[in-house]
Amino acid sequence: MKVLLGIGGSDDSLDALDRTVERAVEAGDELTVAVLDNPESERSADEVIDHATAVLEDAGLDADVRHITGDPGSELVQLAEREDFDQVALGGGERSPMGKIRLGHIAEFVLLNAPVTVTLVR
Amino acid sequence: MTDETDTGPDSFPTPPLSFEDGEGREITVRTLPSTDDDDFEALVAMYDDFDPSMRAQGIPPTGESRIRSWLETLVGGDAYNVVAWHEGDAVGHATLVPDGEEGYELAIFVHQNSQGCGIGTRLIRTLLGYGAANGVTEVWLTVERWNHAAIALYEKVGFETTNAESFEIEMSMDLSAVNAQTDSTG
Repeated sequence: MKVLLGIGGSDDSLDALDRTVERAVEAGDELTVAVLDNPESERSADEVIDHATAVLEDAGLDADVRHITGDPGSELVQLAEREDFDQVALGGGERSPMGKIRLGHIAEFVLLNAPVTVTLVR
Repeated sequence: MTDETDTGPDSFPTPPLSFEDGEGREITVRTLPSTDDDDFEALVAMYDDFDPSMRAQGIPPTGESRIRSWLETLVGGDAYNVVAWHEGDAVGHATLVPDGEEGYELAIFVHQNSQGCGIGTRLIRTLLGYGAANGVTEVWLTVERWNHAAIALYEKVGFETTNAESFEIEMSMDLSAVNAQTDSTG
């Protein structure tokens, strides 16, 4: 399966990276990691790219890592359409101090607008 | 009703608070300062029996061990917790959790068998009075936009919508002008 993982620099994104890479190794998925500019994130895109590259190397998985600029949700959906991905994966949301799940704007946009299945990784 | 629920948002009761609910049951609202007493165990039991269809935004979790670890992050630290009791049973819980900045996040749960009889309003007002008496000023919460009953409750006690652009509505309230009543009779 051709999977497009979109990550910014939030903790749930990095967790989704670990889990999706693990899953791709097991399932033989063809993975592309799209690093998005998330204004809500503390980590820079360069840091996230370095981190993703290291995680992929550790897992021995050959996957594209791309930096996507522009509006993150829209660019991710367009990439999924343009390159015929079967699935988009994203982080499953941050937890509030109370423990409530909060979905960010990127996740909301992708869920509503993606032409393919969207997985929120928990 | 002629009790504290009619006095408006500028004045909240502080715990302990006793009242008769809409079903004529004697309800007491008390603080829950610590995880290591029987009250905490009774609260775990309330959540263990909580109707899963009434969960919101991933909480409360299901299963006793997950409930316990979730509650341990809320009780005994810097959060403010109040529990509504009917006889020996916990029937409602409301909490103010520090957000790491200036504010506190609020949540309230009332057991499915005790809803619709005025407990939620008393519980949230007593929590706000408890917070105000301890210097809490900025309180916020998020609520799913379809949850009209909860939104109506929050508006009734004085919350205003601050952000409605996401899946959830964000509401907040400034407690700095609130006068917490030390009269606990309601």
